[in-house]
Amino acid sequence: MIKIYTPLNKKSVQRLKAGDEVLLSGIIYTARDQAHKRLVRDKGIGKGRGRDKGLPFNIENAVIYYCGPTKTPPGKIIGSCGPTTSRRMDEFTPQLLKLGLKGMIGKGDRSPGVCAAIKKYKAVHFLTFAGCAAFLNKYIKKARVIAYKDLGPGAIYELEVKDLPLFVGIDCRGRSIYKTKK
Amino acid sequence: MKIIKTVQIEKLVARLAIEANLILRRDVYSALRRAYLQEKNQRGRKVLKAIIDNAAIAREEKLAICQDTGMPCVFVELGQEVIIKGDLKKAINRGIEKGYKEGFFRNSIVKDPLFRGRGQYNPAMIHMNIVLGNKLKITILPKGFGCENKARLKMFNPTARIQEVKKFIVDTVKDAGPDACPPYIVGVGIGGTADYACLMAKKALLKKIDIRHSTVDRLTCKLEKQLLDEINRLSIGPMGFGGKVTCLGVNIETYPTHIAGLPVAVNISCHALRSASSSL
Ligand code: SF4
Repeated sequence: MIKIYTPLNKKSVQRLKAGDEVLLSGIIYTARDQAHKRLVRDKGIGKGRGRDKGLPFNIENAVIYYCGPTKTPPGKIIGSCGPTTSRRMDEFTPQLLKLGLKGMIGKGDRSPGVCAAIKKYKAVHFLTFAGCAAFLNKYIKKARVIAYKDLGPGAIYELEVKDLPLFVGIDCRGRSIYKTKK
Repeated sequence: MKIIKTVQIEKLVARLAIEANLILRRDVYSALRRAYLQEKNQRGRKVLKAIIDNAAIAREEKLAICQDTGMPCVFVELGQEVIIKGDLKKAINRGIEKGYKEGFFRNSIVKDPLFRGRGQYNPAMIHMNIVLGNKLKITILPKGFGCENKARLKMFNPTARIQEVKKFIVDTVKDAGPDACPPYIVGVGIGGTADYACLMAKKALLKKIDIRHSTVDRLTCKLEKQLLDEINRLSIGPMGFGGKVTCLGVNIETYPTHIAGLPVAVNISCHALRSASSSL
């Protein structure tokens, strides 16, 4: 079991191989489809671009978690919070990687284009236990919404995680845990 | 004649919405436990263990089984001797909102499919069916969209061979690959019209997965078993990590169809197949 911490760095990413099991600690940011759309818009790239308003968090060496949690019940840090399908973010991922994003956490495979971008920018796509949203709850130590609050579950949450269990889905050499590639 | 008030319906719907999202269906839970014993792939076993643990944590801590508490699909069987005082659809939608709020579930519905909008709890997908008798039966299936997005319909020629139909069903699962939270449960609707086949595929998910149903004929039962074996031979495995267990069960619903056609619909469910049902 490999322990890694955010922000990631070149060295920590480089030693990860597809299929490795990893425990991640530190700060990560949630973002789903609509948040991705806004991130590239706010950066003044992507469709319907405007001026560069900057991003709501420092994306350099950051990790994004594709997750839209349920509401937080009283006495809990966050609600159920499992991964959503990564592929839906494929359109935006290369742009964010170019900006310095180093890690993503989600479920399922990625497009060949994203695989290539992960390789190019030496990043990593992690997978975590899909459909195990109550189980994953206990790895979240702190949570707060930092941007796009109007998106509800699709807002950007800053999460502090401790030993979040992950698998390396696609490593920085572009290799995937899924043998049968489509 | 039996009179049912909408407040009763609202309460029932709220209760079922909470139950469905917190307590994993017993047939699904036991299938997962059996799968855990069968699976040889080490990563796959780990995933199955997490899924089983997740169900227990969800139940005990009252946390939704999955953060995607789905698009609530509500199946109503209304006895024709029942009189409803008030607006039935409104009562159902209010019940959904009440249950989802009480359970701290996710408001995953947008008002407009193209222009989107803020997240809300309803409207639910309501399917009404008038039946004999004096009961009102309500079933709730919160359907996550990771797997709903993998649904497919194909209108075959009536001369299509059964092999082609099978291939279509297996290929639908193959294309879903690791994305929709395997191990899957596969619902299939064959016959009727395009719309009806899709509805049957969804309804097939409501049937228990560990018993083959006597209501369907023996040939369909055989087809279900064959499909299950073929899908498992895809070796997608839990979370797509490979292994024996790709699918926990295949349920087929059939209906007469037109001489010129053969509609086949597939609706895939993730391992978090949730539903709850009760009658008034
Ligand atoms: S596909 Fe099912 S288990 Fe996976 S995230 Fe969606 S609802 Fe949850």
